[in-house]
Amino acid sequence: MPQATLLQAIHDTLHEEMARDPRVLVMGEDVGREGGVFRVTEGLIDRFGPDRVIDTPLNEGGIVGMAIGMALNGLRPVVEIEFADFIYPAFDQIVSELAKLRYRSAGLFTAPVVVRAPSGGGIKGGAYHSQSPEAYFIHTAGLTVAMPSTPADAKGLLASAVRGPDPVLLFEPKALYRTVKGEVPEGEHLVPFGKGRIVRPGEDLTLVAWGAMVPVASMAADLAAAEGVRIEVIDPRTLWPLDIALIEESVNRTGRAVVLHEAPRTCGFGAEVSALIQERCFLRLKAPVGRVTGYDTPFPYALEKSYLPDPEKTACAVRAAMEF
Amino acid sequence: MNGLSMIAAMLPDGTVDPANDPGLSDGDLLAVHGKMTLLRALDEKGIALQRSGRIGFYVPSTGQEACAVGAGFRLREGDWLFPSYRDHGLALTRGYPLSTLVAQLFGNRSDATRGRQMPNHWCDRNIHLVSVSSPVATQLPHAVGTAYASKLRGEPVAAITTFGDGGTSTGDFHAAMNFAGVFRTPTVFLCENNQYAISVHVTRQTASKSLAVKAQAYGIPGIRVDGNDVLAVCKVVGDALALARSGGGPTLIEAVTYRMGPHSTSDDPTVYRSEEEVEQWRKGDPIRRYAAFLKKRGLLDDEAEDTAQAEAKEAVRQAVSDAEISPPVPVESLFEDVYEEMPRHLAEQRDGLLSGKG
Repeated sequence: MPQATLLQAIHDTLHEEMARDPRVLVMGEDVGREGGVFRVTEGLIDRFGPDRVIDTPLNEGGIVGMAIGMALNGLRPVVEIEFADFIYPAFDQIVSELAKLRYRSAGLFTAPVVVRAPSGGGIKGGAYHSQSPEAYFIHTAGLTVAMPSTPADAKGLLASAVRGPDPVLLFEPKALYRTVKGEVPEGEHLVPFGKGRIVRPGEDLTLVAWGAMVPVASMAADLAAAEGVRIEVIDPRTLWPLDIALIEESVNRTGRAVVLHEAPRTCGFGAEVSALIQERCFLRLKAPVGRVTGYDTPFPYALEKSYLPDPEKTACAVRAAMEF
Repeated sequence: MNGLSMIAAMLPDGTVDPANDPGLSDGDLLAVHGKMTLLRALDEKGIALQRSGRIGFYVPSTGQEACAVGAGFRLREGDWLFPSYRDHGLALTRGYPLSTLVAQLFGNRSDATRGRQMPNHWCDRNIHLVSVSSPVATQLPHAVGTAYASKLRGEPVAAITTFGDGGTSTGDFHAAMNFAGVFRTPTVFLCENNQYAISVHVTRQTASKSLAVKAQAYGIPGIRVDGNDVLAVCKVVGDALALARSGGGPTLIEAVTYRMGPHSTSDDPTVYRSEEEVEQWRKGDPIRRYAAFLKKRGLLDDEAEDTAQAEAKEAVRQAVSDAEISPPVPVESLFEDVYEEMPRHLAEQRDGLLSGKG
């Protein structure tokens, strides 16, 4: 299988899906000639033209709103929000309109819009180029929220989103765009929503992480292995609907769980994962479910490294669970 | 086209200004009257149903029938409708079955949308009436995207979206007008300036000299029309739709009208406007004006007018009695249509509710 970066995998998948289906188009700020600020859509305009690779005016609510109208009239728009930090102007369109259209119309109208948004820190982006807003959207019924951590999953989740019947928010860990390289299956490769992946097996503790925290979790697992602790790392891939069965089975085996995410702690998705684990695995748990997260502060610029979870902080939480 | 002067069609002597004549046949002229009469009867019944506790809520369009019917009369098969919650008249005129419309008010098994929304949140797939939501003006960008899709496929259809004067203050109004201008989508923006956004007068929405004049900033035509003159509305909306369908791009139309009733059954307009003001507008009641016009043309007399009103009331009464007897929506439907396929967590929550264990 060919190797590709996560960014390349997303680019190639957009290209494949647009070539496969003339209804698919991409739209957003700077996605045309510029190829997007991260160059994810580079060159697509040359192949598919400006009517399907649409540079839009600068208004995220307008972009998502327009995409909803396109989708309910037969197109398959893939929206790029330049940074996930700029998704909030589209919050009303996503939460009030996109998420609820199927329900409120009893299925008479649907809008299978894909919203791609680079998220997370690690690029010295400060308060407005680093956020991880997934929890806001997981809280909204009707949305599918996914975050890949490998090029293969990026392809498979994006292809499933473009072809699927429901709106999908795909948060792309920008820190991994060019730093992670991996094999990407050629041809059709679909990763179903709601199916997680065991990144590495282990017997002593289940570590749940997504996006750019998956490599951090793996490094923490290496640190723990040096101390004789075997960690099972699970990447849910789809945050919602969550593959709780996979996590439940794992924690029932290991008896310990830690959840790791970049977003702030309070009401972060880790809180939900932790609650689900305790509801389902209470009698098997040997320690409270731990959380390693961003802090309840705005995302900092100068102190980014202090803010972000890292392998050492994660190892501390692992130790606390092991020694409880 | 400057967005400031007001276009009118019906002249006091019973003739039509040739420049603004929509060119309706005698039969169509009477059909327009029939739809306006039906709409008035429907709104009166809707209020009565809410007051007697048979439905939970209602949003009347009384006083704005000329906007809804005049515009709706020019819609064709294939066009898309993105109305506000006050614009059932637009859909009714386009062909939204009265029975389907009334069933939505009851939110029971007869409701095609399974009781998912409050009354007045209409939806019909057959006439491309896209599900109405409550947030104001969120539908405007949708009408741009849908029109873009039709244009991309080369279909000669238009999307119309309607909203009130309050809607012009929203970010979505700006976004939609701007996007429509940039992409030249076949979208008709019909603003029914009924003077009030619930209790706040239009002079508190904008310092602009008119609402139509805002179109200039987006590089699209802006037209101001007497919204209580059904033929003038029919003419300008018809022209805008034709322009859109032929590739000429979007138009903003401001129809100047008046909401003679409350914002909704939860509103008491006496606290923010005087009876004198309402009375002044009542003199320009669009149905009375139009009936007087038809009478001068010799197309209508008092007897035919009474008959039309009686038939409208009977049609509404029949639709209400048909819909009201339907049973409630099944409890398990609460969890359906969130996604195409029900995910595990919703199935668990459904089973919990049905088993009585929460």
